[in-house]
Amino acid sequence: MGSFDRLPWLLLLFPLLGVIINGFFGRRLGRKGVSLVGPGMVLLSFLLALPPLLGLIQSPGEFELHSRLFTWIAVGKFEVEASLLLDPLSLVMVLVVTGVGFLIHVYSTGYMAEDARFARFFTLLNLFVFSMLTLVLADNFLLLYVGWELVGFCSYMLIGFWFEKPSAADAGKKAFLVNRVGDFGFALGVLLILVTFGSLAFADVLNAEAVAAIAPGTITAITLLLFVGAVGKSAQIPLYVWLPDAMEGPTPVSALIHAATMVTAGVYMIARTNVLFHTSPTASGVVAWIGVLTAFFAATIALVQTDLKRILAYSTVSQLGYMMLGVGVGGYAAGIFHLTTHAFFKALLFLGAGSVMHALAGELNILKMGGLRQKMPTTYRTFLWGAMALAGFPLLSGFFSKDEILWLAANRSWLLWGVGIATAFLTALYAFRMIFIVFLGHPRDKKLFNHVHESPRAMTMPLRVLAVLAVIGGLLNLPGELIGVERLGLINNLLEHALGHPHTHMGRGPQWVLLVMSGLLPLVALVLAQSLWGIRSDRPQQLSQRYIWLYNLLVNKYYVDELYMAVVVNPLRRLGDFFAESTDRQGIDKAVNGVASLMSCLGEGARRLQTGYIRNYSLGIVLGVVVVIGYLILR
Amino acid sequence: MISSSLYLILSAILFTIGVVGVLTRRNAIVILMCIELMLNSVNLTFVAFSRYLVSMTGQVFVLMTVAVAAAEVAVGLGLIIALYRQKKTADIDDVNILKW
Amino acid sequence: MEIVLFFLFAAIAVAGALGVVLARQSDHSALFLLLNFVALAAIYVTLNAPFLAAVQVIVYAGAIVVMFLFVVIMLNVAHRERPETKPAQRYAGLLLGALLLVGLIYVAASNPQLPPALTRTDNVADVGEALFAEHLLPFELAGLLLLIGVVGAVVLGKRKLED
Repeated sequence: MGSFDRLPWLLLLFPLLGVIINGFFGRRLGRKGVSLVGPGMVLLSFLLALPPLLGLIQSPGEFELHSRLFTWIAVGKFEVEASLLLDPLSLVMVLVVTGVGFLIHVYSTGYMAEDARFARFFTLLNLFVFSMLTLVLADNFLLLYVGWELVGFCSYMLIGFWFEKPSAADAGKKAFLVNRVGDFGFALGVLLILVTFGSLAFADVLNAEAVAAIAPGTITAITLLLFVGAVGKSAQIPLYVWLPDAMEGPTPVSALIHAATMVTAGVYMIARTNVLFHTSPTASGVVAWIGVLTAFFAATIALVQTDLKRILAYSTVSQLGYMMLGVGVGGYAAGIFHLTTHAFFKALLFLGAGSVMHALAGELNILKMGGLRQKMPTTYRTFLWGAMALAGFPLLSGFFSKDEILWLAANRSWLLWGVGIATAFLTALYAFRMIFIVFLGHPRDKKLFNHVHESPRAMTMPLRVLAVLAVIGGLLNLPGELIGVERLGLINNLLEHALGHPHTHMGRGPQWVLLVMSGLLPLVALVLAQSLWGIRSDRPQQLSQRYIWLYNLLVNKYYVDELYMAVVVNPLRRLGDFFAESTDRQGIDKAVNGVASLMSCLGEGARRLQTGYIRNYSLGIVLGVVVVIGYLILR
Repeated sequence: MISSSLYLILSAILFTIGVVGVLTRRNAIVILMCIELMLNSVNLTFVAFSRYLVSMTGQVFVLMTVAVAAAEVAVGLGLIIALYRQKKTADIDDVNILKW
Repeated sequence: MEIVLFFLFAAIAVAGALGVVLARQSDHSALFLLLNFVALAAIYVTLNAPFLAAVQVIVYAGAIVVMFLFVVIMLNVAHRERPETKPAQRYAGLLLGALLLVGLIYVAASNPQLPPALTRTDNVADVGEALFAEHLLPFELAGLLLLIGVVGAVVLGKRKLED
C-alpha cells in the first residue's frame, strides 16, 4: 500500500485548495471560475477516494491505513500526532460526503447564481467539506474534535449567510450556542478518555484489550459524555432545537450540512467508538431510547407543519433518531447504512424543495402551493422518488435501511420496535402529505402559480442523479441473510471488521414477517394520506378542529422553544444583566471612577493652596524653616 | 569678655525682626529692606566667628554676601519698578492673579 | 568697656531694625535701615574688622540705601499703606517669628561659648591675602554675579519701545 500512504491527506488538500482559491481570488475568477473550482475540488476528492474503494471490494478484509504527517503536540507525556485513518468506515463517509457534496455544489451553481456573495458561498462550502473530511478521517480524538468544531463554525457561517436578515443571524447564533452545550459534553468525554487511557489516538483507545482493562463505570461515563456531543451535533432531544431554525440558511446548505453530512457526525462518532459503546449497555440503551423517542417526537411535529423546509428539518431530526436507534442497539453498520441512504433521499428532498422555492420566488408555505406537478415535472418526479424512499416504500433504499434498524431493534426490545414502527408510519404519512399538498391537486394561489417554471439544468441534474441513488441505494446492503446469501449485505461486510456484527437471536422467520410489515406500512399510509389530503378533502381541517388541543401542541412544536427561552435563556440573560449592573457598573465602574474622582478631589483641595498672595507663600517658607529648626533641636 | 553667644543672639534677634517684617509688611520696597536686614544679621554672625575662630574666611564671605546683596537689591528694585509701571502699585497683595 | 560699647550699638541696631518694620511711611523705613547699617558697622569695628566696617558703610549705607530712597521717591508710591485686609497673616507672621526667635536663641545659647582670641586680625592686608589667594574663585564669581545684576537691572528698568 505504499502508493496510498499520503492519499488521505490529498483528500483533505483539494477542498482546502478550493477555499484558498475561491476565498482569495473569487472576485477575479468570476462566477464561471468559482463554479469550476468549488465543485471541481470536491469532485477530485471523490474520484481520489474511488481507487481504495475498488481495492477494498476486491479484497475485503482488514484494511487500515494510518497516515501520519507529523507530530502535532508533544508536551511531556501528552503526545498527539497529526494522523489520518483510512479504513472502510471512514472511506464510506468520505464517499458520501464528497459524492453528495459534489452534487450539491453543482446544484448551488444554479441556485445561488443571483447571489452577490457567490464566491464566499463556495469558499464556505469547500471549507465545510474540508472540515467534515477532517472529522471523518481523523485518527485521534483531538483531530476529530477539531473537525467537529470546524463544521460547527461552518454551519454557523452558512446558516447566517444572509446575515442582513435578523432571523438568519439569530438562527446561526442559536445553532452555535446549542451546539456548544453538546460540544462541552463531548470535550469532557475526550478529556476523560485522555485521563483514563493516557492517549487520544484511536489505535490506543479503541481496541478491545485496552477497553477491557478499564472499569465499566468509567466507560459508561465516557460514552455518555461523548453522546452528549452527538445529541448536540445530530439534533437529538433535548438539543435539537437549532435544526429547524437552521433552515434560514440557503437550501443547499440545508441539504448538505443539515441533512446529509454534518448532522451525521454524531452517528459516525458513535460508530467509530463502537468498542466503547459495546462495552456499556447503559450508554447504548440511552442512545437507543433517546434516538427512538426523538424520532417519534419529531415525526409528530412534522405532520402538521406548513413550512416546507421545516417539515424536512423535523424529518431529518426524526431520521437521525433512527440512526441513533440503530447504533444504540448494536447495529453500527445499519446506522451507517441508513446514514448513506438518508443522505441520498434527504438531500434530494431538500434540493427539490429548493427547486420549488426557486420557482415560487422564495415561497415556503405549502398552503400556497398545489398542482406544481403540471409545471415542474422533473422536480415532481424526483421529489416523489425521494418522498417514497423516505417513507420506506418497498424496494427503495429507505425501505432496506429502515427495516434493518427495526429488525435489530426488535431483537433488543419489542418496545423499541413498537415506537420505531409507529414513527415509520408517521414518516410515511407526512411524506405523502407533502406530495399531495405541494405537487398534486389544484394550485391554491393562482398568482404565484402563474410564475412557476422548471428549474435550470444545473439544478435538475443533481436531482436526477440523487433520485437514481435514492431508488437503487438499497442495493448497497441487501438483507441477503434472509435467503442465505450473506454476501449481498455489502456495507455490512465492508464494515464488519471495524464495526463488528450485531447479535440477533430471532431467526429468519420473524425477520421475514417484520420485513413484510415494514413494506406494507407505507402503502397503508399512502391510502390514509390520499383520504386525508386528496383532492377536495377537508378532513384535515375537521380533524384539527376536533382535536384542537393536540393540533395546537404539535403546530407549536410542543412549545419547547418557549420552554427553553423561559427556563434557560431568559434566566441566563437576567443573570448576565444582574452582573452587568451590580459587578460591572456599580462595582468596577464605581471603583475606577472613584479613583478618578478621588484624584479630582485631592486636586481640588490642593489647588486652593495656590492663593496668588505672595505673603501666603512666604509664610509657607518660614513655616518650613521653623519646622526644620524645631526638628533639629528636638532630635 | 564678650562671649560669642551674645553676638549670635543679637544676630538671631535681627534676623527674626527681618522675617517678621517680610511676613507682615505689604509694601514691596519695605519687604526688600527687611531682606537686607536678614542678610546683615548673617553677616554679623560671619564676622563674629571670624574673630572668635581666628579665620579670615568669615570676612571674605561677608564681602561675598555684600556683593550678592547689592546685585540682588538692584535686580529686585528693577522688578518693582517694572511692576509699578504695569499695575501702578507697589502693594504685593495686588499681585495675585497667578492662582487657581 | 567692650560690653558697654557692644550693648550700646546692639540696642541702636535693634532699634533701627524695629523702625524698619514698624514705620508707617516707606521712606522712614529706609532711614531706619540706614541707622541699622551704621550701628552694625560700629560693631564690626569692635570685632577687629575695620575694613568690613568701611565696606559696610560705603556699599550698604552709601549705595543700597540710596537706591532704596531713589526708588521710593521716584515711584511716588503712596507713603502710607492701605489698612490691613488680612489680619490672620499678621498674627501668623508674629507667631512664626516668635517661634523662630525661640529656636534660634536656643541654638545660639547652647553653642559652646568661645572666649575672644588674643591675636589681632584687623590687618587689611590679611583680608586681601585671603581674598586673592585662598578664595580667588568666589571672588571672580562674585564679580560675574555683579555683572549679571547690572544687566538684569538695566533690562528690567528699560521702558518698552513705543510702536
